[in-house]
Amino acid sequence: MRPVYMVSGGVSKFAKSRPDATFQKIVKESFDYAVNDVPKLKRSMIDGSVVSYFSDHFTRQLMAGIMAVDYLGLCPKPNKRIEGGGATGGLCFQAGWEAVASGRMNVCAAFGFETMSHVPTWKGNEFIALASDVSFDYPVGGFYSGYYAMMVNRHMHEFGTTVEQLAMVSVKNHMNAYGNPYAQKRRKLTIADVRNSAMVAYPLTLLDICVMSDGAATCILADEETAFRLTDRPVKITGVGTGTDMMRMADRPHAEVLLAPNEKKSDYRNLKYPGVHSFRAGRSAGLQAYRMAGITDPLKQLDFVELHDAYTSSEIQTYEDLALCKYGDGGKFVEAGYPFMPQIDYGMKLPMKGTLPVNPSGGLIACGHPVGATGLMQAVFAFWQIQGSIKKHYGSGELQLKKADRGLIHSHAGTGTYVTVSIMERGW
Amino acid sequence: MARKSPTKEPAAPPKVEESMTGTTVFNVPLPADTKALKGMSPIVVKQPYHIDYIHSYGQDSPFFAGLSNGKLLGTKCGKCDYTYATPRLACTQCGRETRWVELPQSGRVHTFTTCYFGGEEFLKETPFHLVLVEFDGVDTLFLSRLVGPAGPEEIRIGMKVTAKFRRNSQLKSSDVYFVPAG
Repeated sequence: MRPVYMVSGGVSKFAKSRPDATFQKIVKESFDYAVNDVPKLKRSMIDGSVVSYFSDHFTRQLMAGIMAVDYLGLCPKPNKRIEGGGATGGLCFQAGWEAVASGRMNVCAAFGFETMSHVPTWKGNEFIALASDVSFDYPVGGFYSGYYAMMVNRHMHEFGTTVEQLAMVSVKNHMNAYGNPYAQKRRKLTIADVRNSAMVAYPLTLLDICVMSDGAATCILADEETAFRLTDRPVKITGVGTGTDMMRMADRPHAEVLLAPNEKKSDYRNLKYPGVHSFRAGRSAGLQAYRMAGITDPLKQLDFVELHDAYTSSEIQTYEDLALCKYGDGGKFVEAGYPFMPQIDYGMKLPMKGTLPVNPSGGLIACGHPVGATGLMQAVFAFWQIQGSIKKHYGSGELQLKKADRGLIHSHAGTGTYVTVSIMERGW
Repeated sequence: MARKSPTKEPAAPPKVEESMTGTTVFNVPLPADTKALKGMSPIVVKQPYHIDYIHSYGQDSPFFAGLSNGKLLGTKCGKCDYTYATPRLACTQCGRETRWVELPQSGRVHTFTTCYFGGEEFLKETPFHLVLVEFDGVDTLFLSRLVGPAGPEEIRIGMKVTAKFRRNSQLKSSDVYFVPAG
């Protein structure tokens, strides 16, 4: 394997619907942005691509991937579609990494999209629910907000997590997105706003849950030599990990915790794991990526995290999977103030200034979740943070972190069925 | 557990259905100047889509036959003793073929939620409760509906529940549901 760098990225504006453009055009917006951001990159230098989108149901167009590729003028070079539910974008990013790490390509474009506005929201919820077992889970009325609500009710029961702690995540991520021009929802909220919004699946309200979206994102990855030829600020991908778990959360076994380097067996004497309160796939993906990147104390060694907050509850669960805090302490982690941006006023009194900002972009909850684009969108926002180029791309430097040398991106599918973690670092 | 009632009356599904039907247009005016075409409003059309899927339950079929006979069937591995509430014909621990066993018809709420919205097919049934049921001697949980309680405040983790079966089986996993025991 050889080292892989990200040299450029682009995101289309995420919106509820984009009737002005077909998905090919939306992909091209993000692709052109990425290509134009590195003037030395000629399209002829791109050796091939990987493309991700989640559901054929949304577009009612099979093989939509190749239609994006041919619209970009990347035929007859290699391409394949990557799909893995909510983790589709994260898997695509890693497939691009594999293409370059293996030596198959020197420059690989990884792009993804989803155009979810073709159907009304509750039909969209039905399509997504088909990504749960259609023999057993879907027919009883199972759908994802319901699954996550059941998981967090158990989390609250086991660990004393509160609905106010969940709401703090929503306030944080919406407030972060306030300064992100690509985000779909840019709102200043209070904990009361979150709790008073419509109940979707107890205890999760409309503002605890991400929204459907139309959007696309592109990452350009390259080998070391090409990367430094193209830009003086390439970002190195130093760790990748992918985990899996049973599709039906009811089937999750009760076993022993996979221990992070900063944990001991005695920390979890009585914890049945993963149960329905934790994501073993997330822990597994995180540990692989940490090992590869040489991270032993993630809370100290990471500067920021962009994680898959499809639900406020899953952000809290993911703090624990990523060993930013111990299992069970996710609610306290947000309440203490760790995942907030130090420079932003959230309208809340926090015990401490943020030390490890989580979702400085606004995450899925506020940016939107066009599934195939999401994991790649996180990579683009992380790339800009590490480059220190937020001001250039957002039009304001308010969301630029002072120290952003090493970040983590995390993509998550199903009820924690596929999870990817990738570590990105300053490469120059 | 921090249990709180919903802070607001559950939102009802929207009163006015959003209609996807608009004016039927037979001709779209086209500007004579081709330069003006890029500024044209997008044309949006409706594409109805209906399919009858022929879905086979395959090796899981006895479970559904069990439901229509008032029985809850799971599977058990002869080697590991691992018992599955939702049946699997192959053991995830050792890979061997499992055998069918009858599950207890009473258990406890492992966790729950009350759904005020859902996938489109189930919107008309909201609000409804989903529960994961745990059974003594069974290693995995079982997803089902809980019928009876008015709202989430009437459900608690650990409460005892009993299986009930639809009189007119639809040969779906919804043929079984649970009610509070006693």
